[in-house]
Amino acid sequence: MEQLSGGDMLIRALHDEGVEIVFGYPGGAVLHIYDAIFQQDKVEHILVRHEQAATHAADGYARATGKPGVVLVTSGPGATNAITGIATAYMDSIPMVVISGQVESRLIGSDSFQETDMVGISRPVVKHSFMVQEAAEIPQVVKKAFHIATTGRPGPVVIDVPKDATDPKVKLPYEYPQEIKLRSYSVQGKGHSGQIKKAVEALLGAKRPMIYTGGGVIQGEGTEQLTRLTRKLGFPITNTLMGLGAYPSSDKQFLGMLGMHGTYEANMAMHYCDVLLAVGARFDDRVTNSDTAKFCPDATVLHIDVDPASISKTVAADVPIVGPVAPVLEEMIEQLDKSKTKVDENSLAVWWKQIEQWRAKNCLAVTMSEDGTIKPQQVVQAVHEITKGDAFVSSDVGQHQMFAAQYYGFDKPRRWINSGGLGTMGFGLPAAMGVQFAYPDAVSVCITGEGSFLMNQQEFATCMQYQLPIKIICLNNQALGMVKQWQDMQYGGRYSHSTYAESLPDFSKLAEAYGHVGIKISKYDELHSKLEQAFAMQDKLVFVDVMVDPSEHVYPMAIKGGAMKDMVLSKTERT
Amino acid sequence: MRHIISVLMENEPGALSRVVGLFSQRNYNIDSLTVAPTEDQSLSRLTLTTSGDDARIEQITKHLNKLVDVVKLVDLTEGAHIERELMLIKVKAAGSQRAEVKSTADIFRGQIVDLTANVFTIQLTGTGDKLDAFIAALGDNVVMEVARTGVSGIARGEKVLAL
Repeated sequence: MEQLSGGDMLIRALHDEGVEIVFGYPGGAVLHIYDAIFQQDKVEHILVRHEQAATHAADGYARATGKPGVVLVTSGPGATNAITGIATAYMDSIPMVVISGQVESRLIGSDSFQETDMVGISRPVVKHSFMVQEAAEIPQVVKKAFHIATTGRPGPVVIDVPKDATDPKVKLPYEYPQEIKLRSYSVQGKGHSGQIKKAVEALLGAKRPMIYTGGGVIQGEGTEQLTRLTRKLGFPITNTLMGLGAYPSSDKQFLGMLGMHGTYEANMAMHYCDVLLAVGARFDDRVTNSDTAKFCPDATVLHIDVDPASISKTVAADVPIVGPVAPVLEEMIEQLDKSKTKVDENSLAVWWKQIEQWRAKNCLAVTMSEDGTIKPQQVVQAVHEITKGDAFVSSDVGQHQMFAAQYYGFDKPRRWINSGGLGTMGFGLPAAMGVQFAYPDAVSVCITGEGSFLMNQQEFATCMQYQLPIKIICLNNQALGMVKQWQDMQYGGRYSHSTYAESLPDFSKLAEAYGHVGIKISKYDELHSKLEQAFAMQDKLVFVDVMVDPSEHVYPMAIKGGAMKDMVLSKTERT
Repeated sequence: MRHIISVLMENEPGALSRVVGLFSQRNYNIDSLTVAPTEDQSLSRLTLTTSGDDARIEQITKHLNKLVDVVKLVDLTEGAHIERELMLIKVKAAGSQRAEVKSTADIFRGQIVDLTANVFTIQLTGTGDKLDAFIAALGDNVVMEVARTGVSGIARGEKVLAL
């Protein structure tokens, strides 16, 4: 058997696991591992400029491809810097394996240089974690980590590796396990047929049905089945922020995103539905609004989720179905085909008529400004037009994120890359890097705000090193727009620490300092031409600094404490 | 309502902190906790008492089951079960107090496991209520120190929590 050091084993195990790319940053505790990386060419390592960016890049890679993202960081500050990215992946159930260096075993617990209890500090934000005790267990641990990260409800797994376990002088026989058995971890392969039957009966008896789906459909590769089922039933469908792209947004059955900034028609249809089919969604507070007692008062709730703990967590399910989305939906379709009962077409027609009335309100209509000021929504619409709706779009967090979600219109899964659960500012650029590494020829767009962008701007350097032709579209309103919007609506317009117009950098010059291209757009009549110019530069990173109307708010917006039907529709209109 | 949850988990470093961490992280309370390896050295049995309505207890058991280190668990309070807690209690016992303390211990079937001229150390086993009652019966100004193990439990009859 081949003899390898712990450091070599780690990299070889990644290769044997099918890993092609690792995002990381070196340091003392991982020097043996970095030396192992240097001496091979099977696994590519990408040097980021901050460990948080390594995790977001791996996360973006994972969201775009469905493959696990892999991160390598050193001990202490390297590990703690990675925490925000791990938490981001955890909240959105993204498969990720994070390898963190640890000080030598004999030093653990002695407050030694760059020591931190990574297993402890990451515990609440990982699916599982391992502390390697000795080099011999590295292949097993890596196999287990990938198995856990990628199966069931995916999530991040940390492997903490003490430096002595990677000592190049200690060589041990290496064999990568083909299979792994964990007696305490099993993954359900399908749903309960009896429960699926109950759900199908409820769907066929529905007069005002609604389908509500989340990130689980994308993570669970259930998009095709969902589309087939929805078209077969002819029911209206809405996606959560995390679920956009699971059903084609251009389809007439799609009512847009639901929730806090969901469309009028999606939220109204949710509130008045009598049967709600929830698929891979977790009834998050940004969907249900704060008071779940007022949520969908007439609905029989059918809930499909791979995670039993997601079922009846915030909203009680009448028909719970635990299982992976794709096979459950497949079985649902089979049972529907066999059923003698058919969809209640008459009631459905009446329901659609009502929905069309809500849709006619055209809640996302954008009014042109008279003085040529650019509305942020218009920027997203223009980006959609120029990229033909086919780009990978990452975003940061805030108003621009909501505008991107509302106006880009995703027809395919894994195209919309955003931090939905944790809401991590600074996610956008590194995530777009991960996308670009996964698909070098694809159009990777980062729709961001100037506030969010500043949180991980150092990644301009990574983009320079690897010549990533990302298109950064910055909706620059010279303020923390979402904070400011809440201050407008709930704090009497007192802008406490949400504005900084006098201290913003010249973003174009900043981009140019790294060899990128900077374009500034201030007037609507130059928006399309300059954006086209930016996207035409296929080999360059272009930072497009778009000065947008700073007074714009994101609407619709849920009224706090209300039901889903309770929304603010504009600065002057409420439901 | 009070529940006694017994958990079989991998006898590995970090397993206990994951269980305890889950409770603080999700704002569930732990009233008592006891843990030790089982006859199979690779497994630990952890028993905890907690309280909450049915929905909360359902979430607790689901989240515990999700932990990779947790192999199996049972909510003992769902069926007939036996629960026990052990207490070592150090009490003042000088002069006329000695006979009184001894007779109270006898009534509760406690054993005096250590003594000095002024102090008895008594071992008592039973439900938490019984231990509380004993402490109350001893009266004020007698109790010097209490060490309780927390609740351990097992189902009645042939039902077992095992692999």
